[in-house]
Amino acid sequence: MTRHTLSVLVENKAGVLARVSALFSRRAFNIESLAVGPTENPDLSRMTIVVDAESAPLEQVTKQLNKLVEVIKIVELDGAAAVQRELLLVKVRAPLADRTTVLQTAELFRARVVDVNTDTVTLEATGTPDKLQALLAVLAPLGIKEMAQSGTVALGRGPRSMSGAGTLRPVDRSA
Amino acid sequence: MTTTPSESATREAAEALTGVETTARSIAEAAAEPATGITGAQSLVRSLEAVGVEVVFGIPGGAILPAYDPLFDSHVRHVLVRHEQGAGHAATGYAQATGRVGVCMATSGPGATNLVTPLADAYMDSVPLVAITGQVPSRAIGTDAFQEADIRGITMPITKHNFLVTDAAEIPQRIAEAFHLAATGRPGPVLVDISKDALQATTDFSWPPRLDLPGYKPTTRPHGKQVREAAALVAAARRPVLYVGGGVLKAGATEELAELVELTGAPVVTTLMARGAFPDSHPQNLGMPGMHGNVTAVTALQKADLLVALGARFDDRVTGELSSFAPHAQVVHADIDPAEIGKNRKADVPIVGDAKETIAELVGALRAEHRAGRTADLSAWWAQLDDWRSRYPLGYEWPEDGSLSPQYVIERLGALAGPDAIYASGVGQHQMWAAQFIRYEKPGTWLNSGGLGTMGYAVPAAMGAKYGCPDTTVWAIDGDGCFQMTNQELATCAIEGIPVKVAVINNGNLGMVRQWQTLFYEGRYSNTKLHPVDAEGRPKPVRIPDFVALAEALGCVGLRCESKDDVDAVIEKAMAITDAPVVIDFVVGADAQVWPMVAAGASNDDILAARDLRPVFGEGQV
Repeated sequence: MTRHTLSVLVENKAGVLARVSALFSRRAFNIESLAVGPTENPDLSRMTIVVDAESAPLEQVTKQLNKLVEVIKIVELDGAAAVQRELLLVKVRAPLADRTTVLQTAELFRARVVDVNTDTVTLEATGTPDKLQALLAVLAPLGIKEMAQSGTVALGRGPRSMSGAGTLRPVDRSA
Repeated sequence: MTTTPSESATREAAEALTGVETTARSIAEAAAEPATGITGAQSLVRSLEAVGVEVVFGIPGGAILPAYDPLFDSHVRHVLVRHEQGAGHAATGYAQATGRVGVCMATSGPGATNLVTPLADAYMDSVPLVAITGQVPSRAIGTDAFQEADIRGITMPITKHNFLVTDAAEIPQRIAEAFHLAATGRPGPVLVDISKDALQATTDFSWPPRLDLPGYKPTTRPHGKQVREAAALVAAARRPVLYVGGGVLKAGATEELAELVELTGAPVVTTLMARGAFPDSHPQNLGMPGMHGNVTAVTALQKADLLVALGARFDDRVTGELSSFAPHAQVVHADIDPAEIGKNRKADVPIVGDAKETIAELVGALRAEHRAGRTADLSAWWAQLDDWRSRYPLGYEWPEDGSLSPQYVIERLGALAGPDAIYASGVGQHQMWAAQFIRYEKPGTWLNSGGLGTMGYAVPAAMGAKYGCPDTTVWAIDGDGCFQMTNQELATCAIEGIPVKVAVINNGNLGMVRQWQTLFYEGRYSNTKLHPVDAEGRPKPVRIPDFVALAEALGCVGLRCESKDDVDAVIEKAMAITDAPVVIDFVVGADAQVWPMVAAGASNDDILAARDLRPVFGEGQV
């Protein structure tokens, strides 16, 4: 699968998320993950969208997104030029016999214990999607009771930002 | 100077108010004066006046009711339609005929949802439209209140943009933004949903408001380097075709196009949305391409070595099977919407820009090519095209059962009403025949639902066009299936004094569907017969409905024609009636078919000129 991470600055207005997700649904583009949050500018929100570019050429996805009036700017954040992270909360079965294994695994993956009781341990881990997949693969035989995982958030490496001086180059608006 | 009745009425009203001679411009200026302590509804109407709205098509109801009170005193005229779908298509017809933004208005819930089809229609055909809907009071939004529908959510995928306004202070800004969005860039419909409490609240008004659209920056100026590359390709091409779409009409670029056509000497095809963008009488116009385009236009695209697509979007009804469309052609694709470029067909030279500016610059760049001695000899290409034209002209055969030929009716209508009339069609066989057999010479004279294929478009669109162009003869060419979807607007036409003419091409069937059943479903006519039939499937000798009686019930003049000898006379009789809407019931044969045809999903190479007639193109020659 070809994944691309798009960082999309949008106006911080009611209904923008619905508009973006309606666009993906209407155009049959597949979303791997989508995360929305505030930015340093209260008028803007940032959406980090991971798209499966096999469902549609990336160029079509960005052009259609750019047509949305409330979309300000789109930057592609892939590979070594960007930092990408997801947050995972996972509740693992951890009876006394298995507890050490769980804690050692957490340590290996630099996960933190955020809740504990006699039956389970809840871990918090951040990292790239690959790292979190690896953690889950190790925990799975112990018994995952439940989990919650965020979408990817990402920032470009280096001194430049998406808005303001020295900005990152947007995905072309024109052809 | 001639004025339209509505203009003079507006002027008289304004004169009565101000006591001085005034113009539409100063009406807008007067409306733009600031005001304090007015209602949101007054602010809405002032905004519509300030933006220069001439007419609104709509129906009042609970949530929009506050807006109708100040509208009662306004210079903005309101046409009370009979169904909100009629309001939407009327606004579309008005916009397509005049080039101005069409405006429609409806109440919340069912009023708003009845606008969904015309909004989707306008979105597909890039028609500048502003729809204003009332919404339930803001505190009731989300409670499943009476006549509540989330029309903003519903119309997100079928509008260029939409707004929900719950604060009266925002009204002028949102209205200004809506008109700006609708009319600029790639035009399209914009919906403004206003809650009832915002319409009732006290607010201040000032004009013009600041437009706050930081993410909206349409590219209108083409890139010079791309234009020069395109010109170089045109100068070098041996078999070029100018593939002209509706964007050329939207941009008002027909004069520039004519210049480009003369300069290149290249053949032109005009898509269904672009009929009238270039005169059919011009020898370089090959006519319409596509599923029911003529053989030469379709085949020219297939055999071309260069397509210059101008405001066209490589729609599936033009390309047929995409993988075998124009296989030898390089593509110059000029469009104002970057998302159209490369969407269906890869562009070798993409140009984002307004068609008017793009074509003008292309003319300049091509002149430079010519001055440098680079011109292509197209004589072999034209010899080939002329050969196809002479062997595969558009035509039709008379029905064997002796019934009236629908193509003949439409051909005569076009000949008698002439190139100055406006023709609005529904969707189906009659639409294709009207696109094929009427010769369009001028922009804005052919209105139809191209992208969405909305049956029922014709009558309300003709009404809107006639309102906008009162001195022009406007014909709706409709099928009996389409006509039964929206003919209620003839009552509006009769009462409001909008004398449209309607030619109902009455074959008693859903004709295009019947044609497909004949060709692809072994003649099993499942649910396509509209007329009453007996147990053996033979037509009963009754008319349900009787379109002449129906027309008269709706306040129109009703005429009927059932034989070839009467066609001219009945059309002339209808043309002579100018003070009332006229409906002619042309009773035609049920088995006439639209040809040529490229079957859905088939390659354009497999076009049939007529049933079982596959053209021979002389492969060795191109």
